[in-house]
Amino acid sequence: MGEGAAAGNGLSVCLRQDAPIPLDVTLACDRGEVLALVGPSGAGKSTVLRAIAGLHRAQAGRIVCGGASWFDSGAGTFVPPHRRAVGVVFQSYALFPHMTALGNVEAAMLHLPRGERRRRARELFDLVHLAGFEARRPAELSGGQQQRVAVARALAREPSVLLLDEPFSAVDKATRGKLYRELAEMRRLLAVPIVLVTHDFDEAARLADRMCLLDGGRVVQAGTPHEILARPATVEAARLVDLKNLFEGRIAAHEPGATWIDWAGRSLAVTPPRPDLAVGSAVAWAVPSTQVILHRGDAGADEEKHGNLCDGVVAEVAALSEATSIVVALGSDPGHGLAMTVPAHYARRTGLAAGTAVTIAIRPEGIHLMALGPDR
Amino acid sequence: MDWIALGLSLRLGALTVLILLPVGIGLGRLLAYRSFPGKGIVEAALALPLVLPPTVVGYYLLVAFGGASPLGQAFQALFGRGLVFTFEGLLAASVLVNLPFAIQPMQRAFEAIPRDVREAASVSGMSPRQVLARIDLPLAWPGIVTGLVLAFAHTLGEFGVVLMVGGSISGETRTVAIAIYDRVQAFDNAAAALMSLTLLMLSLAALGLTYALSSRIGRRHG
Repeated sequence: MGEGAAAGNGLSVCLRQDAPIPLDVTLACDRGEVLALVGPSGAGKSTVLRAIAGLHRAQAGRIVCGGASWFDSGAGTFVPPHRRAVGVVFQSYALFPHMTALGNVEAAMLHLPRGERRRRARELFDLVHLAGFEARRPAELSGGQQQRVAVARALAREPSVLLLDEPFSAVDKATRGKLYRELAEMRRLLAVPIVLVTHDFDEAARLADRMCLLDGGRVVQAGTPHEILARPATVEAARLVDLKNLFEGRIAAHEPGATWIDWAGRSLAVTPPRPDLAVGSAVAWAVPSTQVILHRGDAGADEEKHGNLCDGVVAEVAALSEATSIVVALGSDPGHGLAMTVPAHYARRTGLAAGTAVTIAIRPEGIHLMALGPDR
Repeated sequence: MDWIALGLSLRLGALTVLILLPVGIGLGRLLAYRSFPGKGIVEAALALPLVLPPTVVGYYLLVAFGGASPLGQAFQALFGRGLVFTFEGLLAASVLVNLPFAIQPMQRAFEAIPRDVREAASVSGMSPRQVLARIDLPLAWPGIVTGLVLAFAHTLGEFGVVLMVGGSISGETRTVAIAIYDRVQAFDNAAAALMSLTLLMLSLAALGLTYALSSRIGRRHG
């Protein structure tokens, strides 16, 4: 990851500290790439972002951006925030309340000659679709408009890295969708690394090229959002991304076409085989709700096609806006319920309700295995 | 009406405020933005003149400024005048006694500026000096003016400390507040009444101004 960053074009960050919160993080982000820092509250996401901006000084580490060394504890280098070419969009936007929207953007252009600032600020207002609102004070703008001013101000600095600290958390859902599309559009125009802090996995999957899962100040897993969300490397990562259908089983056998696991008295096939996991060892397995397929009590479903058929009873039905989320209980153990989603129209047509007997198929290629510690 | 005393009071108030402007901004920002060991003690010490009887403050200043003290001797050696019973001594006392009146409103005003707004200014490329000029002062000025007005009004009305450190030397240390006391002692009630009314009006105007400015801060940050 981040090969270009190492070559001096992008951003490379290495931070270590024990206090005020422990941190041991190494990450990189290329130009034009969006890296999402994701994790629960207190994971250290914002601290990493603040360190890149120069608002926090870690005990040890290095930060290099666009070939310039901003922080190097070994060499005693610490460039203060106002000398770093960073653009930051704060969670609360942090607009200057006493300046107009245009004034806010011009205030971040101290590097330009006075005469050029107005012209350039107006260009940025066009870019963020805010033309006509230049003379408004922040208090006279909606949340979405304030966010756009904050983005324009962050870009005004001509930054060599753009840092976004949960920038979409304070706007309503409809505005958020619009802002997502605009950010996607904008990043094509910007050739700088973009670091996005969020606790929303959907947002990360939607906007980021790569994702860095943080917990307790450590990188738990780094990779594409798809990799991390569908195939977390560890049980810890699976729990952090709130993976549905996470269970524990034991490796039963390896065959050329599949690995078999024992789970609650059932045998489940997993493809492709995972010979790296020893027979008899405890494993965690997970299956995305999209890889569980519902059959309605008709035992005619062909195991050849879907594999891993299990009989159960619908335990919960929750109608969401476009899909219906159901939980199917297998056996009497409430811990053995599988969550899945079916299209809302299907649920309506078939009259799916709690207590309906169903057969489900767990797709072997959808099952993801993770090693558990030997003590389990 | 003791015009000399009124002129001296106004001069003392103006010079006190002039000195407290940079001192108050500096200390107010320090206390608002930094944390350091012993900060609580510093804040308590700065607030002491609010609770101590003026005679107690005056007594300690008299001791500290007197010819027997290193400070008094150093001042004498440098300027050929003592700090006790002189205008310079009175000014020094006035600045010290007025520190809490000036600093507290300024500190509150700086504290009311959200931290991320100041951080946004830094990452927007503003140096610490530019953050002061373009963010801190424009947002905190009602608090700064409030602090100065309170200090000015309090200087006009200060009695105990002035009497202890300055005595009542016409043209040198006799302020309006002392002059009122003198006039009452001399049964010159007409002069005392006129000067009292003058002080009353000045104080009322000063407080009216500070309340107006305080509500302005509330609106801006509310």
